[in-house]
Amino acid sequence: MTPRTLIPALAGLVLLAAPADARTVTDSAGRTVAIPDTVTRVFASGPPASIAIYALRPEVLLGWPRALRDYEKPYIAAPYRDLPETGRLTGRGGEANLERVLALKPDLIVDFGSVRGTYIDLANRVQEQTGIPYILVNGRFSETARSLRLIGRALGAPERGEALARDVEATFAALDEALGAVPPDRRPRVYLARGPDGLETGLKGSINTEIVERAGGRNVAEVPGRYGLVQASPEQVIVADPDTIVTWDRIFFARVWRDPLWRGIAAVRRGRVYLSPTAPFGWIDRPPSVNRLIGLKWLAGLFYPERWKGDLRADAAAFYRLWYHVDLGEAELDRLLEWAKGRAP
Amino acid sequence: MGEGTRALSARIAGGARGGTSLWLAAALVVGSFGALLIGPYPLGLGEALAILAGGEGRGQAETVLLSIRLPRVAASLLVGAALAAAGACYQTLFRNPLVSPDILGVSAGAGLGAVLGIFLSLPVIAIQLMGFAGGLAAVALVGFVAASVRVGDRTLILVLAGVVVGALTGAATSLLKVLADPYDQLPAITFWLLGSLAGVKTEDILPAAPVVLAGLVPLVLLRWRINVLALGDEEARALGVEAGRLRLVVIVCATLITASVVAVAGVVGWVGLVIPHIARMLVGPGFGQLLPAAALLGAGYMLATDTLARTVSAVEVPLGILTAVVGAPFFLWLLARGRRTWA
Repeated sequence: MTPRTLIPALAGLVLLAAPADARTVTDSAGRTVAIPDTVTRVFASGPPASIAIYALRPEVLLGWPRALRDYEKPYIAAPYRDLPETGRLTGRGGEANLERVLALKPDLIVDFGSVRGTYIDLANRVQEQTGIPYILVNGRFSETARSLRLIGRALGAPERGEALARDVEATFAALDEALGAVPPDRRPRVYLARGPDGLETGLKGSINTEIVERAGGRNVAEVPGRYGLVQASPEQVIVADPDTIVTWDRIFFARVWRDPLWRGIAAVRRGRVYLSPTAPFGWIDRPPSVNRLIGLKWLAGLFYPERWKGDLRADAAAFYRLWYHVDLGEAELDRLLEWAKGRAP
Repeated sequence: MGEGTRALSARIAGGARGGTSLWLAAALVVGSFGALLIGPYPLGLGEALAILAGGEGRGQAETVLLSIRLPRVAASLLVGAALAAAGACYQTLFRNPLVSPDILGVSAGAGLGAVLGIFLSLPVIAIQLMGFAGGLAAVALVGFVAASVRVGDRTLILVLAGVVVGALTGAATSLLKVLADPYDQLPAITFWLLGSLAGVKTEDILPAAPVVLAGLVPLVLLRWRINVLALGDEEARALGVEAGRLRLVVIVCATLITASVVAVAGVVGWVGLVIPHIARMLVGPGFGQLLPAAALLGAGYMLATDTLARTVSAVEVPLGILTAVVGAPFFLWLLARGRRTWA
């Protein structure tokens, strides 16, 4: 049997074994998964899934892959900010023990990210081993609306999924309308700096950098046919000469201005190096999930101050209310906006 | 053949071997200058000479040449020479051609120190310091364990203690990788453990170079006595060399050398293992000739490898990958040839 026929066959087996009142969901990998009618306990396989579940239906989330730090807590609604740490089931450094996962008695496991080969196999294995339905949802930025509808259906909150998906579609449409006509050579040439020396970056096409293109920028780190995180040298950054640099690393952001290696780069000369807030989650990445939607508006404003007329303060307040279930006070909003201007708390 | 003729031919052979090192040094100078001209940033010979002569350079060209390539070339020479010299020391000391500078856990310890620094989100200079301290601490621990075991073959116990400490520090490093932030720290840890000179700066080399020199000078001065160590402890004692103390000096020096360059470049394998073999093919097993030849060859090898690392792809290729890709097949070939080059 080839893998192509094996997967539906396995899914069919799961279907047969499921209780009579179950419904089925077809996930992003094309797997048909039987899910209980009412879902009340959901395990997030990794940080991206936990944010999507929290945004869609916080009361079903069993825990965070990593417990929230103190400075992150004000940006998450009250009972959920103290949810326990459950570990990661997938990805690098998977550490959640299957027995611990079982002990939490989840009705459903959600994985939001890559839906390629290994992850399909892992989902099938865990599902067979534990009997807990396991859905794989595409984490690509462009797929966000469709993925939110899918998770919303799986969690038994289709209206909420629809509402959030529409918000995403409206944001994407507004961006396309404002920036769609900009010719490629007029778009900012962006370098995404990671790490304390700023020399790690994500190649164009990586899930970690797709926000750059979505916000109308061009990623200068491009190697056809290759994705993922790489190490760059200062010389390569000088040759690429980005006119805009985005980072979330405060150490790098603090030293880039007086470092002779970076001083001659166009972005530094023009003062166009930007620090992303990371509370409760990163605005541009970290992890790559729905948290990037506010970063999208922030970046559009930075890239195109003439074309994008969003009010970042109002947008942030609305985003945190709709997606994170918190009404931010003036102090918290001030802290975020100052952070987005390069003055991290 | 009479005594005189034999002495004469030995002197000629020795002269030829000394000449090998001179040739290597000359090639290294030329190669270093050539490497300064190679890289993604287009930089012509005339422009480079003008900048080096202190003339007016174009802003970015001057930064590339003086602040990026010059430190990189200097660092590659330093790292290669240090690792190969330390490898030659250890191979002579343990009378074993399969030994590399990591044998007593210095790379594993430096790796743990630096990974801890990344885990704690420390600045780059602190990460390097922790790498250096970690390397020294691991070897000190090995020495302490070996000294407290009073039975059996000294060398064997030293090597076994190195294996144990290396495994423990490796486990601690893996634990930190599991605990690290997967979006932030884990990539940084992975890249550090693969080794790179991509971001090296003059400030990184300035503290490392004197330490490497401080380790190299005693080795150079003691090179004839170290040669005697290769004969074995009994023979060394018969020739008036106190093997135990000399061995300690060699280990301390080689560890200082290795730890200081690993702190700058990350973990770069294979150089300290393979280069001493090539040096031995060129100049023979005598440590007096072997040490300078290995250091020069190592410097040249690293110079070539780092030049490749910044040119073969649009992104940097980690040094550890390149040295392994080149070094591992070569080492297999050496093994297949047998141990003819070993005295």
